[in-house]
Amino acid sequence: MRTMCLAVPLEVVDVKDNLATVSFGSTTREVYLDLMDTVAVGDFIIVHAGFAIEKLDKEEAAKTLALFKEVMDEIS
Amino acid sequence: MKYLDEFRKKEPFQAILSKIQSLPPTAISLMEVCGTHTVSISKSGLRSLLPPGIRLISGPGCPVCVTSLEDVDRVIMLAEEGRKNKRYIIATFGDMMRVPGSHSSLLKEKAKGADIRILYSPADALTLAREHPEKEVVFFAVGFETTSPTFAATILQAQREGLNNFSIISNNKLIPPAMEVLLEDRETTIDGFLCPGHVSAIIGTAPYQRIVDRYQKGCVVSGFEPLDLILSTYWLMLQKKDATPRVEIEYSRVVHTEGNVKALALLNQVYDIADASWRGFGVIPQSGLVLKDAFSSYDGTKKFDLPTPEVATPHGCQCGQVLKGMITPRECPLFAKRCTPTDPVGACMVSSEGTCAAYYKYEQ
Repeated sequence: MRTMCLAVPLEVVDVKDNLATVSFGSTTREVYLDLMDTVAVGDFIIVHAGFAIEKLDKEEAAKTLALFKEVMDEIS
Repeated sequence: MKYLDEFRKKEPFQAILSKIQSLPPTAISLMEVCGTHTVSISKSGLRSLLPPGIRLISGPGCPVCVTSLEDVDRVIMLAEEGRKNKRYIIATFGDMMRVPGSHSSLLKEKAKGADIRILYSPADALTLAREHPEKEVVFFAVGFETTSPTFAATILQAQREGLNNFSIISNNKLIPPAMEVLLEDRETTIDGFLCPGHVSAIIGTAPYQRIVDRYQKGCVVSGFEPLDLILSTYWLMLQKKDATPRVEIEYSRVVHTEGNVKALALLNQVYDIADASWRGFGVIPQSGLVLKDAFSSYDGTKKFDLPTPEVATPHGCQCGQVLKGMITPRECPLFAKRCTPTDPVGACMVSSEGTCAAYYKYEQ
């Protein structure tokens, strides 16, 4: 994890106090949760400079993917 | 990887591209102001796939790049002092090391023996401070609204622990004031903004609404994958075609209108807004974040008598023009000749998020 801004949502596998453990490829990494309200195991979080900055909204992700499909259907 | 591969698929990309191609031909200039967008656009080849007339330009989105030469020089001089008095550990993000100052760089000072550490997170500086109570750990902090709260959280943690050998030199900056400066500039042509995904995750969309209201320019908050970027481009084109500039959030899986309320509260608790000097722009009023007086004991600019450097701008470097989107890197006479990633002249060629570095790597 060399880049500061990582545009990859990472899955939370453990939470203890203000630290989450996220899976990152074949390894794990600890992430500070000071900027978050609640984070639970199974959430996907966006990590920046060692801190979680936001949680991924799975419903919204599905909506955007549905929009892509809509455009594809329109074209074909 | 989940939530990544789905946003990189070829078929929907082609579908959106053909929607764009079916629009009436138009001249439109869209600017992104985020280093990760810069790299993603270059890497995806998006620029060359779009119909002629659509210009995707990069603005001041790389925090290392917009740090003024004087601010770089000042920390280099502090590192030099630290090499002599053995009292300081200078911490910074990796990209800052090779940024050329007027007479040296942090990398050169490190080679001469200064204690300079590359850290991935501000929080790592606290580990250093705990391990070296006899030294002062000074973080050369650069970043926008995404990074600034991580420094705020780190300072509050230092306060809770009573650590008094940690400080930051805040060069943290705000992106929306720079966007407005660019719109005020008569020499720039910007029809809309691809707004930065992770800055927006923190600040929400209120600052962009102001841009829409004041300047009638479209603002679409975009994610970082090729599908995000092409969809956002399409939306901005529709806005221009229909003359309906507005704020839209394409990156809705991460960004909410109100932003990250907790992070915003931390920003307000720790920082005051002040004027700040940007490379290429000069001073932009109310565009910088400085520590509030209550946090003076963590403020490197107050703890140390920082030197005033004699600044010498590298001859011929067009970094400032590149950061304002007035020229592309290819239009700089030094690009890929005297200025390369291995021997950079300007900051935009050093940082992995810099526009010149992205063009050098992907779009030569």
